[in-house]
Amino acid sequence: MRAWLPLFLRLCVLALLVAFLVSPQVFEPLLKPLTQNGAPAIYNQGSLLSLALQHLRTVAIATVAAIVVAVSLAILVTRPAGVEFLPLSRSLVNIGQTFPPVAVLALAVPAVGFGEKPTLIALFLYGLLPIFENALTGLTTTPANVVEAARGAGMTGWQRLLRVELPLSLPIILAGIRLSVVISLATATIGSTVAAKTLGEVIIAGLLSNNLAFVLQGGLIVAALAVLIYDALSALERMAARRMGQVSAE
Amino acid sequence: MAIRFDKLGVVIAAIAAYGAVVAPFATFRANRIVAGEPRSILEALPQWSGAALLAILGAAALVALLKTPLALRLAASVVVLTSLALLIGVAGAHLTPEGNSFARVSAASGFWLLIFAFTLLLADGLTRLQLSPVGRVAVLAVAAAAVWLLLASGAWNDLSLLKEYTNRADSFWNEASRHVTLALGSLVGAVAVGLPLGILCHRVDWLRDGVLNVLNIVQTIPSIALFGILIAPLGWVAANVPGAAAIGIRGIGVAPAFVALFLYSLLPVVANTVVGLAGVPRAANEAARGMGMTDWQRLRGVEFPLAFPVILTGIRIVLVQNIGLATIAALIGGGGFGVFVFQGVGQTAMDLVLLGAVPTVALAFAAAIILDAVIEMAAKGRPVAEAA
Amino acid sequence: MIEIEHVTKRYGDVAVVDDVSMVIEPRTVTVIVGTSGSGKTTLLRMINRLVEPTSGTIRLDGVDNRTVPGPQLRRSIGYAIQGHGLFPHRTVAQNIATVPSLLGWDAGRIRARVDELLSLFQLDPAAFGARYPHELSGGQQQRVGVARALAAEPNVLLMDEPFGALDPIIRTKAQEDLLAIQRRFGTTIILVTHDMEEAVHLGDRIAVMDAGRLIQYAIPAEILARPANDFVETLVGASDRPFKLLSLGAVRDAVEPGEAEGAAIGDEATQRDALAELLWSGRAAMPVTDDEGRALGRVTVNGLVKRAARPA
Repeated sequence: MRAWLPLFLRLCVLALLVAFLVSPQVFEPLLKPLTQNGAPAIYNQGSLLSLALQHLRTVAIATVAAIVVAVSLAILVTRPAGVEFLPLSRSLVNIGQTFPPVAVLALAVPAVGFGEKPTLIALFLYGLLPIFENALTGLTTTPANVVEAARGAGMTGWQRLLRVELPLSLPIILAGIRLSVVISLATATIGSTVAAKTLGEVIIAGLLSNNLAFVLQGGLIVAALAVLIYDALSALERMAARRMGQVSAE
Repeated sequence: MAIRFDKLGVVIAAIAAYGAVVAPFATFRANRIVAGEPRSILEALPQWSGAALLAILGAAALVALLKTPLALRLAASVVVLTSLALLIGVAGAHLTPEGNSFARVSAASGFWLLIFAFTLLLADGLTRLQLSPVGRVAVLAVAAAAVWLLLASGAWNDLSLLKEYTNRADSFWNEASRHVTLALGSLVGAVAVGLPLGILCHRVDWLRDGVLNVLNIVQTIPSIALFGILIAPLGWVAANVPGAAAIGIRGIGVAPAFVALFLYSLLPVVANTVVGLAGVPRAANEAARGMGMTDWQRLRGVEFPLAFPVILTGIRIVLVQNIGLATIAALIGGGGFGVFVFQGVGQTAMDLVLLGAVPTVALAFAAAIILDAVIEMAAKGRPVAEAA
Repeated sequence: MIEIEHVTKRYGDVAVVDDVSMVIEPRTVTVIVGTSGSGKTTLLRMINRLVEPTSGTIRLDGVDNRTVPGPQLRRSIGYAIQGHGLFPHRTVAQNIATVPSLLGWDAGRIRARVDELLSLFQLDPAAFGARYPHELSGGQQQRVGVARALAAEPNVLLMDEPFGALDPIIRTKAQEDLLAIQRRFGTTIILVTHDMEEAVHLGDRIAVMDAGRLIQYAIPAEILARPANDFVETLVGASDRPFKLLSLGAVRDAVEPGEAEGAAIGDEATQRDALAELLWSGRAAMPVTDDEGRALGRVTVNGLVKRAARPA
């Protein structure tokens, strides 16, 4: 019974999430006790579904951009031509991760104005770091004798990268992407403080009008999205890792 | 001998050239809210000093560009960073009309790009020096002392950032202590609870998966939502538990922020305790048991000391994360540097945002460097450290 | 034929390989022996240009190996390393197909070659082809590693401590398999090891290296009988030198006329095995038979003891 229980729970969460996004009114009686003075229990200043989709869209755009840039940079600094940048890029990643997401977001506003743009920039910059760090780890810890064997078999630098190093680093790069996506999903809510259209709008509306029902529904939607995406990416990672007989990098 | 270029130097010199020549050095605004007017280095500084800065920048960029000795590169970056720090203050004084208390001067993109370029050079040099943990903390202390000296000397008093500070000097220190209390207090709480919980999870198999799963889910709840969600139960506690309100428990304010940070902190502490204890070599444990140590003696004498560096790594993650997250507390009236950030965003006053963001980043950065040094010292001679 | 001429490799001021010259005859097994840091692996890796020599030349069948681009050169030379170095993300069949697919063989030819090699190494192609390396035992992984090195039918096979990670019983088996395959394909094998026992067992010729220099390059009997210096003598191991010498010769060459009592020994066994059997069973002599069971004569303790003495 242990085997199917987690899957069943996930399907329940997914079903609930979809149901809530499509017809939130059904859940009104559940949330009503959390409101005071007859305030609305379901967010009424826009469609939850479209906010959720925009939230995901923002995270997706930022993450894809972060993946492309982070993996390319990691490849660059692990090639002989870029190896001079390797120690510095390690320190930069360490330093970069100490920047709070709020600060990145707030500092992006004066550069590009309010709206979706500063959020995209903050998510992109903040998402870069875990992916870059993991890609770097993956590419620099490929077993030496495997790379040696690839060279010995007569693979050129490109062939080694594409056929051996990248496939071998895939699970750990995926782990970085997973981390990055989960952070971005949560950070995107803060984007609503600079007027980005995300689920943060619901939460902030709740905070401003002292409406706990709003706060709760906004928070739970994001959490459910994060849990489901986290699980899906973990499964993908395990699939990639299992083929290599590695233990998943959880 | 042929001239050889340093690859990183090419990047640094390019950024520096753009920052010095194309991008504005400072921004002048007639008052706090209106749009700024860009000023180049030569416009922003008195004649001699503008030319001097350009000369220094040119020389330093050349040092970066060519393959030069490490000491020279470090010296060049320190000289440039110091000059930039001093001269942005001079620009403030130079651009502000005499007796005008409304005019605002702030550093513009060119200044920040130059800072970025030469911080890169400095960081690269320091990385290559491979300083000892103590050395790194010493460099941090010197940098902090230099910044303090500049602040105390009043060199930056004509800059908009400092004017924002002067207007809020009292509340700044209040929010600062609130911020640190939130970040450190929740960390202490998380360690007090998370450490025993982690040890328990290590010993009791069935507990481990459950606890870690729940804590994992807590981490996925966006911070502003978690802060908000806690308002209700804490409000209820304040209203219904005798004495709770007296010790400061309230629906909004510090209490929900504190609890939220505490909840976020639990996962890294518990998970790293479990990982650290699991990484203790089997042989060491077997030997301890073979010599007749009790469970408690084994925990104190063998397992805990060996797992310590990994647990410290968890504490580092928590502290840096908490310093960042504490900014969110401002949204629910919890105070902290976030107050300035969100006020600034609301008023589109960039310098106010900086007043909140810069100390937050500096705190997190300092905490990371200090704890990294402590971890490295704790891990010295302990091969299990890489289990992190 | 592989001609190594005055090859030197320096890292900074240190000469890892110092002016080494040697000629390796085709279709032979040459074993390079030395302690770690002796430069033996570097010398091997200069043959397929994984390491570029600082000076000197290496010619393969008369062609300077620097005239061929590195990757192309390496595709024509087999290379097997310690711990097999199999690609963990590829199946056994894909691993073996590495060089053939780099060379652009068509799919049918690759498949036929993979199946042939798997069968040759006693691995059922249907059962093993689709497995991943981590699903194999250590000995199986090692065999796939050698099969991969031989996939594109190279004339030359370089092996760097190929049996280093195997336990003694599997190692002996792997050594026998290697000799059988070498006889079958006539591949020129150059093998690096730190184990003199292995060198004596496998090598047609042995090259002993120390601190980057080639100390002695000779047939095994010569190395055992006349070590060039104290280092080689230590490596050979003075205490069991006579037994190593006996292990080089077959019983066939030690047969004396006459008869003896008790169980017989085959003429293909080593003289060392024969002596061991005689001492263990407390006999002075034992009969020798060929592989069809015909009596050839006998071997005696006295005769073998004389053969174990230092050659004049």
